[in-house]
Amino acid sequence: MAYNHKEVMANKPSRFTSGHRMCAGCGAPSVARTILRALKPEDHAVIAGATGCMEVSTFIYPYTSWTDSFIHTAFECAGATLSGCEAAYKAMKRQGKLSEDKDTKFIAFGGDGGTYDIGLQSLSGAMERGHDMVYVCYDNGAYMNTGIQRSSATPKFADTTTTPAGTVVPGKMQYRKDLAKIMVGHNIPYVAQTAAIGNYKDLYEKAEKAIYTEGACFLNVLAPCPRGWGYNTEDLMQINKLAVDTCYWPLYEVVNGVYKITYKPANKLPIEEFLKPQKRFRHMFKPGNEWMIEAFQKAVDEKWQELLDLEEMTNKAE
Amino acid sequence: MGIRERLSGNEAAAIAMKQINPDVVAAFPITPSTEIPQYFSSFVSNGQVDTEFVAVESEHSAMSACIGAQAAGGRAMTATSANGLSLMWEMVYIASSLRLPIVMSLVNRAVSGPLNIHNDHSDAMGARDSGWIMLFSENNQEAYDNLLMAHRIAEHKDVLLPLMVCQDGFITSHSIENIELLEDDKVKEFVGKYNPEHYLLNDKEPIAVGPLDLQAYLFEHKAQQAIAMRNAKKVIAEVSADFEKLTGRKYEFFERYQMDDAELVIVCMNSTAGTAKAAIDELRAQGVKAGLIKVRMFRPFPSEEIAEALKGAKAIAVLDKADSLNGAGGALFEDVVSGMYVNKTHVPTVNYVYGIGGRDTTVKDIQKVYKDLEEVAATGEVGNPYRYLGLRGEI
Repeated sequence: MAYNHKEVMANKPSRFTSGHRMCAGCGAPSVARTILRALKPEDHAVIAGATGCMEVSTFIYPYTSWTDSFIHTAFECAGATLSGCEAAYKAMKRQGKLSEDKDTKFIAFGGDGGTYDIGLQSLSGAMERGHDMVYVCYDNGAYMNTGIQRSSATPKFADTTTTPAGTVVPGKMQYRKDLAKIMVGHNIPYVAQTAAIGNYKDLYEKAEKAIYTEGACFLNVLAPCPRGWGYNTEDLMQINKLAVDTCYWPLYEVVNGVYKITYKPANKLPIEEFLKPQKRFRHMFKPGNEWMIEAFQKAVDEKWQELLDLEEMTNKAE
Repeated sequence: MGIRERLSGNEAAAIAMKQINPDVVAAFPITPSTEIPQYFSSFVSNGQVDTEFVAVESEHSAMSACIGAQAAGGRAMTATSANGLSLMWEMVYIASSLRLPIVMSLVNRAVSGPLNIHNDHSDAMGARDSGWIMLFSENNQEAYDNLLMAHRIAEHKDVLLPLMVCQDGFITSHSIENIELLEDDKVKEFVGKYNPEHYLLNDKEPIAVGPLDLQAYLFEHKAQQAIAMRNAKKVIAEVSADFEKLTGRKYEFFERYQMDDAELVIVCMNSTAGTAKAAIDELRAQGVKAGLIKVRMFRPFPSEEIAEALKGAKAIAVLDKADSLNGAGGALFEDVVSGMYVNKTHVPTVNYVYGIGGRDTTVKDIQKVYKDLEEVAATGEVGNPYRYLGLRGEI
């Protein structure tokens, strides 16, 4: 059934309540809310959160924003923690210890710090073992919770508190880690990269597929951060759109190894459009730093072309 | 009555786990506890248990998965040693703070570095303030029995704390000794069903576990953990009494060996107690009034009871199989003497750090300690209270 935004919003109440303490203009809450909306209303969910902005802002004792069951243990082990929940579910279901009338789905949320970096091993283990779960990385491209330190998801040249753009070193000097590709390398049934653009169609549909595909699935979701990126809070959706339209953040999915780009911009915008509204890239626009923008554009173009090639190659093999 | 068998300590632990039939076992191999998940995997592969075995990629993930499984509403168990426990560190504390009655077999081994795979208690001693109940076992039988009692203790509503059963690496874990096993149905009945009050998989009552817990609440929550640990004493006594009714095997907070008229007393844990008993038997034949206190329940620590039991002694040696590197003495020594001080047991007491990294401790070594105690008792002087046993050279 085709996605109908009005129907989804009207018929599926939010499972992530307001009143949480995420910043105004943060991309993560709408990502979490949309993903949880993709659950069938009759299904129960066990959600694991890695330590990070989302966890510390949504579950401050004695309050919680999560209407489903939720567990947070530590920073680097949302994957392993949820593995345990899912294993208990399997064992208990098998022994008739759980009610038969409801299914439980397992969803983990981690930021890029808890996913690309400190939690990579735990994530890899959970995916490789094939637990029936979805791991969602809400990628804001730095350790925002501790105050904007670089991560391996931070784009090259970004100014962070551990890669400050200085007179000798102009920000972060490495390109981003391609986590989705690493996840594809785990031979899991579903990997997707998505973002909250337009009416959430892409995000919702991929979440639904991931949740209802048996086995370990991974979603990498762009989650802009007004504090770390330095944009005006009201521009969140515009930033999401620019990330996608410049092909900085391509939208695609990989189903059993077969790539499908789910959105190809009719008019691929130059990368400056995405970089310019963000203070973290401000130094790139200083006279004499044109080479940085050129290098950034070149890297984006190469990654985009690689994706086009992967799509062609894996579909041909079918 | 019982099934007579010959098993290593690791086999005994694995068989206890099979009979307990937990919902989830998550473990990562590390010498000398590796055999436990190995044996257990064969029970899974052959359909002898209902358990989901999670072959995690690290011990950190083993404990994380146990936490997830137990919070979800299942029984979760694991086994590890030394650096495995070190890697779990963060999660070991989180498990107890979330009040999850996970049960672990800890096969004691020296913590690196440098690397050493042999027995001492440095792994367990590091976890002594982590909020886990800690039971020590002299041999395979005790490791088995302590595991069978573990869930009843840990899951008690006044306790709700994780529990680790310790046994000595190689000395116990790899030595095959006689053992008496219980029949499967008797274990099932004794252990009982796990009925958590609140759990993640209860779709009728979703819960949230592991909040950000700030200044207004954390103190009270930590105090509740401390109260639970104190409550564990009574529960351990009750469960041990029930176990005695079932098996005839008596377990107290600590075992007293030849203590009725003992003047020279050693306090130690795990397999060294067996060596000490052999040393005592020989000394008793020579008329030496030697006695032993073997601590089984290390956490919660039976401070008052041990102090009381030591009242009649003339000299005491506490044997620590781990050095605390604090300039003052081993962990067991400090616990024993502070209990003695508070409870007004004024007996000269010395500490011996021994057996580090698997250094052998013989009957002769133990008898040397009793010889030293004779001098302490005669002079009333402890001299240097922080001593070494079996170390080459002088300190």
